[in-house]
Amino acid sequence: MAVKSQEERSIANEDDILDVRNSVKRVTALLNFSLVNQTKIISAASELARNTLEHGKGGKSIIQLVTEPERIGIRLIFEDTGPGIPDLARALEDGYSTGRGMGLGLGGAKRLMDDFDIESKENEGTRVTVTKWTEKN
Amino acid sequence: MTRETAVPLHEMISGAKEEILTEWIKNQLSDKSRSKGVPEASLRNSSSEFIRLFEEAITKGNVDDIEKPEWEEMRHMLAELSATRASQGSTPSDTAKFIFSLKEPLFARLTPEKGQGNTEASAAVWQLSLLLDKLGLYTAETFQRTREAIIRRQQKEMLEMSTPVIKVWDGVVAVPLIGTLDSARTQIVMETLLQKIVDTGSRIAILDITGVPTVDTQTAQHLMKTVSATRLMGAECIISGIRPQIAQTIVHLGIDINDIVTKATMADAIKEALARGGWSFERHLESV
Ligand SMILES: Nc1ncnc2c1ncn2[C@@H]1O[C@H](COP(=O)(O)OP(=O)(O)O)[C@@H](O)[C@H]1O
Ligand SMILES: [Mg+2]
Repeated sequence: MAVKSQEERSIANEDDILDVRNSVKRVTALLNFSLVNQTKIISAASELARNTLEHGKGGKSIIQLVTEPERIGIRLIFEDTGPGIPDLARALEDGYSTGRGMGLGLGGAKRLMDDFDIESKENEGTRVTVTKWTEKN
Repeated sequence: MTRETAVPLHEMISGAKEEILTEWIKNQLSDKSRSKGVPEASLRNSSSEFIRLFEEAITKGNVDDIEKPEWEEMRHMLAELSATRASQGSTPSDTAKFIFSLKEPLFARLTPEKGQGNTEASAAVWQLSLLLDKLGLYTAETFQRTREAIIRRQQKEMLEMSTPVIKVWDGVVAVPLIGTLDSARTQIVMETLLQKIVDTGSRIAILDITGVPTVDTQTAQHLMKTVSATRLMGAECIISGIRPQIAQTIVHLGIDINDIVTKATMADAIKEALARGGWSFERHLESV
């Protein structure tokens, strides 16, 4: 997989989440994702960006345009140096929230995207990487 | 990257300044893809201002780091240029091109014939090229930020506009939600809606989300909160304007909205509300 271009943004407040959403929207439109998939990707980005802000105490997002021989995609990385997630399996369960959320963000993002990867270490931080692919045209 | 050139860069440029400027402006004006929103006079102005500040900054010897104080005036000028161009409707690449297009006329003056040794000239070209790249990138980034600030301001203005709660029929009120449904906005919507329900004695409230761009779990939570509050007032909520792509996303997120009445369009919601209120309609074609 090759990274064609990337854009980095800090996530420090609510406005930054809007900016991330707008950037993601721009890239998904550029890649000609269907309206349904654009909407899914933007919602996933919104969930993960909010987790970075609320649970991770702020961090950054990296929006990448990635290619493989047969397909092209958008990859989103959300990183923070926050408290980390002690029990990943639990965090991924639908309905589990340590805050006042619905507890559907992580599981939802996983279902909305094609690839989902999460790394987390207690007291060090969390990195979530998600990708959605589309065929080259 | 502090490769020394025997003749300082600024001296290589200052002699040919006018020539470079003239050619640069000529090139910019003849570029067919040039954005028509930028008037010629302001293009001429920015170009000569750029050259002036450029010469000034490199005369001070720093050709690497544009974050340093020597470049402050230049950064300031570029920030303003970006802001102006963003509001004139230029594209980011257009704005970056302003700077990149200086390379050609500038480098033409640094060829060995001008009394420079071959290596000296190419070292100078290399250094200047990196420098202009940095300035171009800076301009594009500032441009992007300015545009985001504009978008944000507009979004904010939209959110701050009062939320219209419309009485559509006896006992039926409707709110067309437009924009991002954050906590502050939800609060305003809820207060206005509940007040209107009381004032009109309505039994049904329609929340139309056609104008809500993204629905995520937070938005859903806010909607549900509004629905519960409405129920507590003794009224029932109908959510309309759930576009198919939003419906699918809601399902994938795992949000359960089964106990909320939803309709595809506001018209459907109004029809439902009227039926619940015992209204029925007949169309008399002879009177059309
Ligand atoms: N970036 C993060 N840093 C620390 N904890 C996180 C992070 N992202 C998610 N979590 C943990 O995982 C839980 C589940 O996340 P999520 O499914 O998005 O639900 P919610 O955000 O509604 O709580 C969170 O409540 C939180 O405890
Ligand atoms: Mg969440």
